[in-house]
Amino acid sequence: MTDDALTVSQITAQIKDVLEGSLLLRNVWVQAEVSNARQYASGHWYFTLKDGERAALKAVMWNRTAAGQPIAPENGKSILARGKITVYEKSGEYQLQVEQLRPLGIGDLYAQLEEVKARLMAEGLTDPARKRDLPGLPWRIGVVTSPDAAAFQDVLNVLGRRFPLGEVILSPTQVQGADAPAQIVRAIGRLNAGDVCDVILICRGGGSIEDLWAFNHESVARAVAESDVPTVTGVGHETDTTLVDFVSDYRAPTPSAAAEFITRLAVDFPTYIENSRVELDELMAGRLELLREGVERAVTQMQMSSPERVIQNTRQTVDRLTDRLDSRLDAQLNLLRERVISEARALDAANPTALLARGFALVRLAATGEVVRATGQVGVGEEITVQVQDGRFNARVVEEGRLL
Amino acid sequence: MSDETQEMSFEQAFSALQATVQRLESGELTLEDSVALYELGRRLSARCQALLDAAELRVKQVGA
Repeated sequence: MTDDALTVSQITAQIKDVLEGSLLLRNVWVQAEVSNARQYASGHWYFTLKDGERAALKAVMWNRTAAGQPIAPENGKSILARGKITVYEKSGEYQLQVEQLRPLGIGDLYAQLEEVKARLMAEGLTDPARKRDLPGLPWRIGVVTSPDAAAFQDVLNVLGRRFPLGEVILSPTQVQGADAPAQIVRAIGRLNAGDVCDVILICRGGGSIEDLWAFNHESVARAVAESDVPTVTGVGHETDTTLVDFVSDYRAPTPSAAAEFITRLAVDFPTYIENSRVELDELMAGRLELLREGVERAVTQMQMSSPERVIQNTRQTVDRLTDRLDSRLDAQLNLLRERVISEARALDAANPTALLARGFALVRLAATGEVVRATGQVGVGEEITVQVQDGRFNARVVEEGRLL
Repeated sequence: MSDETQEMSFEQAFSALQATVQRLESGELTLEDSVALYELGRRLSARCQALLDAAELRVKQVGA
């Protein structure tokens, strides 16, 4: 009998074969309530699935799996867990190795989401008037995403192509899984600590609605709404809308579209610079043309005042003046001539010889030559000179003058 | 003559280029000033072009 005995390892291996070989147990959904949940530093979760007090099933969820779940295994929470039964030989225990964790019914999640959305709207956080303008040129671009995700690479490609002058400040975070909401909130906070960036892109590539669920988390939405730096969201595909899209300053349909949107003005740089250069050339050419015209005008003006022209002009002036002088002189002479004639006439009129011709005589005192006009001027014996028409003679007064 | 544009960042050179074109547009300049502005504009556009050609997206990380 002891020959048939199996070692513990052998029996455990048998059990392991049976359990892990079961088609049913290899991929099974379990509905349960979580208890004794504990996460190790490694990120692995250990917890117990319970069916009230009736039954218990140990469960383990590896860190990689946990990162992809919309919820964490919280004590008392009703969940759906999918996974496979595995046997842990060392302690002789079987457990459910969880591959997927969901709250009981996605409908419940949506109901919860609508409630949060209504609350945010009531607070005015989704108000279009709250949305801020994005910077024209995003010199420093904060990016909240997982550095390993394809979405981040997409964003880098777009930014590198369209605006290589910019700088990307990655604020890394998990974008799915139980820890994602808290991490995203911290990642947004880091980009708001001091003057770190001009705009924040919050992005995640496409995935199932569960994968995107972190972006429906109230704390994440509030962090986006409260960000001092303007935010652009690009979560999932065109058809996906998450809570953060309602509170961000701009909602882009995808991560690439978000990157394209913030660089919408930057793509024109090469064209703008080329245009500026052409404009410079044209302005300079125009200015030179203007100056050339000015010089030509000046030359024309200068020719107008050339020495020959001046001499010519002066000669004309002299001629004109000479003319004027001549005519002026003639007039003057005529005037003088006339005056001479009229004076001569007057002289003629006053000529005493004419009187002498008519028989009058001019009498003077012989001694002084004084003309005698009155009787009192002469005495008896006084010598006088009498002038008549053809000559003079001397005489002596013989009689006292008498008054007429 | 030292070329001050060689020390400029893209942002500086770009806004200086815009300002230069505007000043040249405004007229009221001597020929000497015009030529100086034009040459400055050409250097600025060359600087912008060079920076644009050489630009590579820089990535740094904050936290985690």
